[in-house]
Amino acid sequence: MKALVAWLEDRTGMASLMHAALYEHVPGGARWRYVWGSTLVFAFFVQLVTGTFLWMCYSPSGDSAWESVYYIQYHLQGGWLLRGLHHYMAQAMVVLLALHLMQVVIDGAYRAPREVNFWLGLILMQIVLGLSLTGYLLPWDEKGYWATRVATNLMGVVPLVGEQLQQLVVGGSEYGSYTLTRFFALHAGVLPALLVGFLVVHVALFRRHGLTVKQPLRGPDATFWPDQILKDSVACLAILIVVLLLIVRPMLSGQHGVSEVVSAAHPGDYLGADLGAPADPASQYSAARPEWYFLFLFQFLKLFSGYGERGELMGAIVIPGAVMLLLFLMPLVGRWKLGHRFNIGLIFCLLLGVVLLTGQAFWDDNLARESFAGWVHKPEAAEGAELTDKEKVAVARYDASESFLKAVEESEVTAARARELAGQGIPPQGAISLVRGDAKIQGPKLFAAHCASCHSYEDPRAGEIHSGKASAPNLFGFASRTWIAGLLDPKEIVSARYFGETKHKEGDMVGFVTGEDFAKVSAADKEKIVMALSAQAHLPSQEDADAADAAQIVAGTELIKAKVGCIDCHRFAGEGELGTAPELSGYGSREWLTGMIANPNHERFYGEKNDRMPAFAPREKPAENGLNRRDIELLADWLRGEWYEPDAAPSE
Amino acid sequence: MATSTQPTPGQKAQAKASTPAAAPDGRRGFFAKVLAVVIGSIVAVFPFAAGLAVFFDPLRKKASDSKEIMVTSLDAVPADGTPRQFPVIADRNDAWNYFPKQPIGAVFLRRVGTDKVEALNVICPHAGCFVGFSEQRKEYLCPCHTSAFAIDGEFVSGPSPRGLDTLTCEVREIEGRQQVWVTFKDFYCGIADKKAKA
Repeated sequence: MKALVAWLEDRTGMASLMHAALYEHVPGGARWRYVWGSTLVFAFFVQLVTGTFLWMCYSPSGDSAWESVYYIQYHLQGGWLLRGLHHYMAQAMVVLLALHLMQVVIDGAYRAPREVNFWLGLILMQIVLGLSLTGYLLPWDEKGYWATRVATNLMGVVPLVGEQLQQLVVGGSEYGSYTLTRFFALHAGVLPALLVGFLVVHVALFRRHGLTVKQPLRGPDATFWPDQILKDSVACLAILIVVLLLIVRPMLSGQHGVSEVVSAAHPGDYLGADLGAPADPASQYSAARPEWYFLFLFQFLKLFSGYGERGELMGAIVIPGAVMLLLFLMPLVGRWKLGHRFNIGLIFCLLLGVVLLTGQAFWDDNLARESFAGWVHKPEAAEGAELTDKEKVAVARYDASESFLKAVEESEVTAARARELAGQGIPPQGAISLVRGDAKIQGPKLFAAHCASCHSYEDPRAGEIHSGKASAPNLFGFASRTWIAGLLDPKEIVSARYFGETKHKEGDMVGFVTGEDFAKVSAADKEKIVMALSAQAHLPSQEDADAADAAQIVAGTELIKAKVGCIDCHRFAGEGELGTAPELSGYGSREWLTGMIANPNHERFYGEKNDRMPAFAPREKPAENGLNRRDIELLADWLRGEWYEPDAAPSE
Repeated sequence: MATSTQPTPGQKAQAKASTPAAAPDGRRGFFAKVLAVVIGSIVAVFPFAAGLAVFFDPLRKKASDSKEIMVTSLDAVPADGTPRQFPVIADRNDAWNYFPKQPIGAVFLRRVGTDKVEALNVICPHAGCFVGFSEQRKEYLCPCHTSAFAIDGEFVSGPSPRGLDTLTCEVREIEGRQQVWVTFKDFYCGIADKKAKA
């Protein structure tokens, strides 16, 4: 053994190298205040290790980036932990960086002979921030996608070369797979390599100069091993524990019970870093914000809004660049006693500025809605009254906060749904195709955009969708038994929930339902009619009920066909004529509904008696229509409550 | 990276100002060393542990799903007993992706009697190349290392450790049509045992 060690030492000098590394002189003995540099090295080490393993699972392409991260988070064993470590350690690293910088400045550790090492440290800081920025995009979720787009769009304001610079970074003028390959190469290759290189020189210079000792010394001199290493390890352990706590935070905050998480088939469903909905370049995400440690820059930029391109240039590039320059000049300024004080003052001012701006950004987004709610309701009450400037500002800030919070809320719903949909397996076009083709997500959006100006949708369980006063029937539960029972109720049919606000209020149907003949139909028969008509829709929610009441449905069908007089106006099961009233065969079915939305003026539906409902797709050419076929189908599916729901039991 | 060189003026000044390095007191020093090693190891190993858990995910036992797949109609299999190659089409899961109706492999089908068919996986059990059927020699030949197999899949010559892998094959009559159904599996290569892949 000894011979082997001696041989190795002879050939490599390893033992002396180890000795030099471990027995570094620590004047005055080990102290806690010396741990910060080591914790940063540790954080980088964790990033290097976890990043390498993540690399083995990640696919940098527009239709597989989100998908591979989804797979890491929700399917691979321990993926949530690995991703959580990488995500939160990155944040810890930025905090440690700030602490390290502050300590160096306050202790004057940038002064001769350490100027160069201070500059190296600042370069390292830039690299770490670059890693954060590039890493934020890689999951290709709404948040990362839109926030990074904002960052790269700002590059465009750089004079002369802005446009080209932006195209080089983005890999073209649009975000896409080429953006991801470039960002990933930067994130996993170029920047870490640079970081390692600069770090080696940084540490070597640190060893050359020795510790910047804090006077007065507290005890006898010691060596790095074991006392300082023990303190460093304990500090690293503390940081690791903090990161782990952040990873399991949903469990600690009571969002999910401990037993719920522990007994889950996959803890990634609850724990670890957040994964938003897959990025959709076609739909703006109004809550695009950078990672929290860049929020101050985002907020700072807001101060320059209204000054146009020049303002952007100042806020995004000139002033941050000038601040960086001041940091770089610190060792030179610090040669004078007053200069050192200036540096300390500067670093505290910067810190204060960052804290204030971050707080302001957080407040504007998350708390302004509540604070300004009073302001907004006041001017609404006095309609038409001129708003004071103060009120205008309040309303604007309320609106901004409102749109942010709403976007966040919507995004969370979409993200959860995307996860559900991805559980069936993702088609090669990517998860976004699942989201775009999902009636549960798209239905309410389409309804709000195209239908809600007249129709309301009042779901007693999940809230309402309507804008302004409803002038057409409430379509919640359309064609269900409850809905049809209401339509056939003499009081209900003339209410605003059905025909009360339409010209059909004076029409034949209202006349029939409120008339004497229909009043003579027994309640039991009416129930059968409701069942039979509703069964035409084949609603997924009524599948069991339809099967159970088959006999009554047959009886109801006969009543509609022969006894009650429906076919005097409606066509049903081969009886009656088209053109006077909507066809009852297949009433509320997918086919019926898509046809109705496409063209209510068709003789199968309301024909000439149509009140005000526009035809959304009367023409063959999709471009000439208000809605395309697919959107109409999504609307129909959503109204019918027809969409994919995962089995209660997890598939794996 | 930690090469101490000439002490700088600053270092000299510090060295003068402080007392010389004292050897840590025996028991306390030992305790500190053990603790440093233990805690240092924990923090160093932890990220590897998380990474390795993910790395070893492919070794998790997954339920092997040998699928019965309709490969072709009986008419398509030559009546004279000549083997013909058919693709096997099935839904395929590839990590996060799901591909409906993709070729997942291929089989040789050969009639043995009027309505009985035998199926062989086209993969050579030596190193996994696709074998071809030679009409001339009435043998399956592997293009990679020239293994040869008889028409029924029996090993004839070459480096292959076993004959071609037979698959369960059935002719079923569905809606008046005779279809060939194969229970499709892939097997590990290079070993004498026929061991199905999970």
